Amino acid sequence: MTKLLIIVVLVLGVLAVAQLARVYELTSKLRGKREEDISAGDNRMNAMLMWLFPVAYFGFFLWLIYKYGPHLLPIAASEHGRSLDKLYDFNWVILFAVFFITNILLFYFAGKYVYSRDRKAFYYPHNNKLELLWTSVPAAFLAVIIIYGLRTWNQITEQASPDAVQVELYAKQFDWTIRYPGKDGVMGATDYRLINGTNPLGIVTAQSIETRLGELEEERSDIGKRLDTEILPDDKIDELHDRLDYLDRMRGRITDLRTVMNEDIATKGEASPYMHGADDLVLKEFHLPVHKEVKLLIRSQDVIHSAFIPHLRVQMNAVPGMTTTFKVTPTITTDSMRLVTKNENFDFILLCNKVCGASHYNMQMPLVVEPAEAFATWMAEQEKNPFQPDKSPTQAASVAVADSSATGSMTTEVVGATE
Amino acid sequence: MGQVQHAAHAEHHQHHHEESFVSKYVFSQDHKMISKQFLITAIIMACVAVMMSILFRLQLAWPGESFGLTHFLLGEKWAPGGVLDPNMYLGLVTIHGTIMVFFVLTGGLSGTFSNLLIPLQVGARDMASGFINMLSYWFFFLSSVLMLSSLFVEGGPASGGWTVYPPLSALPQAMPGSGAGMTLWLLSMAIFIASSLMGGLNYVVTILNLRTKGMKMTRLPLTIWAFLITAVLGILSFPVLLSAALLLLLDRSLGTSFYLSDIHIAGEALDHTGGSPILFEHLFWFLGHPEVYIVLLPALGISSEIIATNSRKPIFGYRAMIGSILAIGFLSFIVWGHHMFVTGMNPFLGSVFVFTTLLIAIPSAVKVFNYITTLWRGNIVFTPAMLFSIGLVATFIAGGLTGIILADSALDIVVHDTYFVVAHFHIVMGMSAIFGMFAGIYHWFPKMYGRMMNTRLGYAHFWITFVCAFGVFFPMHFIGLAGAPRRYYAYTEFPMFNGVVDLNVLVTIFAIVGGLAQVIFLYNFFYSLRRGPRAVQNPWRGNTLEWTTPVEHIHGNWPGPIPTVYRWPYDYSKPGKEEDFVPQIVPLEAGEEEDHG
Repeated sequence: MTKLLIIVVLVLGVLAVAQLARVYELTSKLRGKREEDISAGDNRMNAMLMWLFPVAYFGFFLWLIYKYGPHLLPIAASEHGRSLDKLYDFNWVILFAVFFITNILLFYFAGKYVYSRDRKAFYYPHNNKLELLWTSVPAAFLAVIIIYGLRTWNQITEQASPDAVQVELYAKQFDWTIRYPGKDGVMGATDYRLINGTNPLGIVTAQSIETRLGELEEERSDIGKRLDTEILPDDKIDELHDRLDYLDRMRGRITDLRTVMNEDIATKGEASPYMHGADDLVLKEFHLPVHKEVKLLIRSQDVIHSAFIPHLRVQMNAVPGMTTTFKVTPTITTDSMRLVTKNENFDFILLCNKVCGASHYNMQMPLVVEPAEAFATWMAEQEKNPFQPDKSPTQAASVAVADSSATGSMTTEVVGATE
Repeated sequence: MGQVQHAAHAEHHQHHHEESFVSKYVFSQDHKMISKQFLITAIIMACVAVMMSILFRLQLAWPGESFGLTHFLLGEKWAPGGVLDPNMYLGLVTIHGTIMVFFVLTGGLSGTFSNLLIPLQVGARDMASGFINMLSYWFFFLSSVLMLSSLFVEGGPASGGWTVYPPLSALPQAMPGSGAGMTLWLLSMAIFIASSLMGGLNYVVTILNLRTKGMKMTRLPLTIWAFLITAVLGILSFPVLLSAALLLLLDRSLGTSFYLSDIHIAGEALDHTGGSPILFEHLFWFLGHPEVYIVLLPALGISSEIIATNSRKPIFGYRAMIGSILAIGFLSFIVWGHHMFVTGMNPFLGSVFVFTTLLIAIPSAVKVFNYITTLWRGNIVFTPAMLFSIGLVATFIAGGLTGIILADSALDIVVHDTYFVVAHFHIVMGMSAIFGMFAGIYHWFPKMYGRMMNTRLGYAHFWITFVCAFGVFFPMHFIGLAGAPRRYYAYTEFPMFNGVVDLNVLVTIFAIVGGLAQVIFLYNFFYSLRRGPRAVQNPWRGNTLEWTTPVEHIHGNWPGPIPTVYRWPYDYSKPGKEEDFVPQIVPLEAGEEEDHG
């Protein structure tokens, strides 16, 4: 109701202004004043407003800083975040100075040199020295901004050290899944065609390949049965044939993948990424140790997402078809941050920052930053439940090599039973 | 010889003034009429886009609340019980952006003022090709209709943001708006691009070939320089968007994999392999960044002209102004990567884009200082056009400075895709360009319609709009610096934004008041169009050629021969002259030096 009233008042206000203008127009017509002749009074009024405006403008700005400054992102909780915040402070100083100086000049001149019949404007078409001055001064400031900025950028984007903790942030509509490399410390290879209910990240192991092939085979035979036994309309038959073609293509590609895997394992042995999937940890919890370098590996299953952890000053897109990375060393634990922000419910948040669909606005996961010991304890607990509990990677591989000719073999049933 | 023919042509037309309604108002080939057609279409499109922004601003300020207005406009399907649907929220955001950037600030701004002013200010009878010019408008019209019709299809309009990144925009499984709505979006844009190319080619050819005698390039008003570079930017960059859109259409409908790879969606692995969404981002922003200047340069050109005229003073540093337009135009092609710092692009490539992007700040700074120096010791007449031009300088400063933050790849990590970006581009591109457009409308209304707009309503319109522009977009910097992402339907799910979300209420109130202030403009515009006081030939005492044409529009613009130009357009308050302006058609006196800034 109040909103309706507000709207009514505003509409009436507009109408009133319009009517006033109409009256003014008619009276000025009576006085023989032409619309293009701006009266001295009008000029003075606008000149006055030109001086008033920056007062309101700067006042509003300062009020925003005073009222909302404390609610902006708190102190950075990561190593590179600290240097970023310093870089911000440096840039703000320059920008605020330029902002106030140019605006003051603009509005001061606009208000001061108001039209007068008795005066002629100063004919001043150019001055090379002045122009050189305001080309070179901004250039000099920008040089500093660029150099300082790029130095920070290069530090942030340096390669992570080889012993950094690896964590994968895996995005899909509309949630995050976290993967740790498990006991062996190496992430296993993945393939999106292997994704199913038990393997949300499509981690490649001999077992997961067989499971997936088994599923495809099962669907193929179901469709085959339907086509043989049911009486179906033509378009349904076409649809099922298309589906069969699709299943064949998938089967072909997954068998190719199996060949590649086996060759890779044969040539590289333990170094092959295909050897390291089975002990990976696929979790719905996100923990990081404090003061340890972490290499975030960021991937997406469907559309572009973006991994954004504002308090750690981390942001990197998750792009289907590629892995992006971001190196970060958290410096403040969740508990300390709760003290710093005087908010006992404070949590670091990983959120999605690239529009990804209807529930984009709620695609989030809390992050726990904890001391190394607590992290180790937590990790040990998680390691009891690796991605594939039943088999060690080597065993799985050897089974696969032995069974590679027989699709839909026993391995499938083993996983089927664990589902 | 061409001019002689043109002259003959014009006289021929004076004898046959009677034209059918269709050839005069609908399929007109006269640049002045086409300009008005562009303007009216753009005003209608702008009303739609502003209305959309009010709807999603209501949701942002009072998330999940029911609004009769929302329900009335969107119906039960998209606003069940008056609460905006999240998919429609994204649809509104997307179409608002698309309409504003392309249909209002590209088609509307260039279409209106390039068409109106290029022949009039360079001294030509009409555009080089009146027919292509007419086609350009009708393609624009068609694409506008298609874009609006996409609001009514099953599944709603395109909803992946105005940048329509695949795979989101490529896969109907990803969101309902990526179905028929997205197809219409792509078709509409393809036609829009065709329109823009036809317009652009015409503008370039007309400026280069049809200048009147004496109209050297260094005597062109800055408006024309801005329109020229804008047209060149459009011609070079829009085809890239066209190809990006066509490839996306192929990915969507023919199963190609230009942008798609390794996707598992709606419970199923897709066949697409080998493509990359990053390719689309490169293609999109190769247009997208020059597009920012396609929007902005005409506004800067218009404000240069208006500030000089109403300061009664030559624009300071005419050649530096041309130089900075050229520099901005050139640099705009090698900065697109600054939209992609966090896509996983090679960090070294990122550094290059930081460097080129920050270089743009130099010509921009030159322009700002030149505007300020033009005001200095001027004799300022506050017409509504002048107010909007000064407003443009203020928004250009505020938005340009935050651009320095966003151009710095390291700083961008924290604010990329947050409300800080929304604040930045709305102020520097949205507001500056809209202010340029309003300035142009108030200034050249007498030329377009032969009548005057009401000045006092213009004042009310400017001051309310100006205050509201900052009221809406300034607080958004703070929302962004608190880490709040853009394109979120609501912030209720994140306690971390609790400290700043109440700013959304303030923003929405300013947005509503600012939106209503446009009613003053609409009233003034449409009322004055029919009933405003008659205009005199040169109401603002300007130097440029358009003020030497008769108030009543005639084919061929000048009843007699096209006047010859003897001087640059900025001889305002020249020492030794009686009047404070010397039109371009006045020959130099004996011993008088010509200035070139």
